[in-house]
Amino acid sequence: MKQFGGKILFLDRSDINTDEIIPARYLTENTKLALQPYILEDLKLGGFTPAQDIEGKGVIVTRANFGCGSSREHAVWVFEVNDINVVIAESFARIFRQNMYNCGMLAIELPKKDLDTLFSLGGEVEISIDLAANTLTARGDKAATFVFKLNDFDKKLVEAGGWLAYADKNY
Amino acid sequence: MGKTIAEKIFAAHLRDTPSPENVILDIDVVMCHEITTPIAITDLEARGMDRVFNPRRIKAVIDHVTPAKNSKTATQGKILRDWARRHKIRDFFDIGANGVCHAIFPEKGFIRPGYTVIMGDSHTCTHGAFGAFAAGVGTTDLEVGILKGVCSFRTPETIRINISGSLKDGVSAKDVILFIIKELTVNGATDKVIEFVGPVVETMSMEARMTLCNMAIEAGATCGICLPDRVTADYLWPFINDKYETVDQAVKDFAKWHSDPDAVYVKELSLDVSKLNPQVTFGYKPDEVKSVSEMEGTPVDQIYIGSCTNGRIEDLRSAARVLKGRKIAPTVRGILSPATPKVYSQALEEGIIAIFMEAGFCVTNPTCGACLGMSNGVLAEGEICASTTNRNFNGRMGKGGIIHLMSPLTAAATAVRGHITDPRKLL
Repeated sequence: MKQFGGKILFLDRSDINTDEIIPARYLTENTKLALQPYILEDLKLGGFTPAQDIEGKGVIVTRANFGCGSSREHAVWVFEVNDINVVIAESFARIFRQNMYNCGMLAIELPKKDLDTLFSLGGEVEISIDLAANTLTARGDKAATFVFKLNDFDKKLVEAGGWLAYADKNY
Repeated sequence: MGKTIAEKIFAAHLRDTPSPENVILDIDVVMCHEITTPIAITDLEARGMDRVFNPRRIKAVIDHVTPAKNSKTATQGKILRDWARRHKIRDFFDIGANGVCHAIFPEKGFIRPGYTVIMGDSHTCTHGAFGAFAAGVGTTDLEVGILKGVCSFRTPETIRINISGSLKDGVSAKDVILFIIKELTVNGATDKVIEFVGPVVETMSMEARMTLCNMAIEAGATCGICLPDRVTADYLWPFINDKYETVDQAVKDFAKWHSDPDAVYVKELSLDVSKLNPQVTFGYKPDEVKSVSEMEGTPVDQIYIGSCTNGRIEDLRSAARVLKGRKIAPTVRGILSPATPKVYSQALEEGIIAIFMEAGFCVTNPTCGACLGMSNGVLAEGEICASTTNRNFNGRMGKGGIIHLMSPLTAAATAVRGHITDPRKLL
């Protein structure tokens, strides 16, 4: 199972699509690692400098409908190879969410009011996740703990290390 | 309690229920292209699991970048090609026989009512036009599909959209779906199936139904779906005439998939399209849609006609209606990518290619082409494209480029005038 938690990269916008996360011009790469430098290259978000802002982050916190558009799993891999294994959002596009769990990573949904709280903690915010208790604790200038729901099957995928391992064992 | 068509297909393919919200389905057709499949193939090889569940149920095509543009894309093609040969995947379409996946696979009769279909491509929802459950998936889902012939889904809820009235001349399925996406918004159908029903859908050709279902994903839907009927049976007849004695018999059999009258929907919408005008997107999201009159006069640099949304013969015919005997404006460049070799040949025979070329269009081989800025037709920073494709995302057709989505008719009229134009002025 992967390690979950770390410093937060806040992306305060809804409908961030997979073309913004990893543009199609990089889909010609044949290894996941080769995607690393291109993370969020086309993100339309004022004041965001990908290479600089990604440094040392382990969790993305964003708004609604994250990962919409293309089915490219490259959008998950580019996070994985940048050591980001958790995305927390108000909602996800179906394929992106499934791709995260299929890779044994966490796509956690929180209600808008909890996200508003997360966004307002201030300072450099770090998150720790307790998968057994379904809670996450964020510590910045202020601290807060949230309860999240994890679908039983999604949890099994995370524990198995992804869908391929789970499917190979069960089907 | 009655069932929707999606629920019937799920029930007929149920392999497992790992949690109350999730199901594992047996998959009838696993489709592959050279962008999302190679990493699945190399991963299976690395794990010592280079197997396929059933070579007859796997279809593959090189379509996104073809002919290869550099060593990397040549390698992607080679990985797919070598794998298809190694596993005796008979339905593999390489250069000379290849076309856009969501156009060529239906054309070959691979998709049938009641099927489950997956592909590592979000526009797989197109195939719901045949009364199939067809969903775009990521590479890991594809990998498991190739290996095991199964895929996981959440139990589907369905939004039913009843489309009534009659479309005015100059207004097409593309305008209908753009309007629907505007109404639903880009995540209005997330985790849902959209069932398109009503008199307008019933009179639509398979090509138009594919355009409708193709963009269901732009509202977040897992699949768009139409009820299989006589139009479906007529289209599929060359492929199913060994199974049924008459088209009538096929139509009757297909009806078993139809949603029950007491099926339960999460949402029902009614749309009378009699007053609908041509629709055009603005901004960077496919739900940012206006009537063409509000966008009229917006200058463009490039016109692109093609893709899995609108690169089929009917689309080319409708654009040719506007282009016939006219020239595109000197300030624009026009690119046509017929979606498949069959579409291309048919357009040649019908004199449509000549019309495009005389108007000043460049005609490319069948490919996904400019749609996602991976091969040809890439925009320069700040350039604007009037496009019959499905996504106007920031940078999709080239970094800093801007895309306005529209129907082939509107794109052709825009090409002639050099700025966004209501096609009805040129009919």
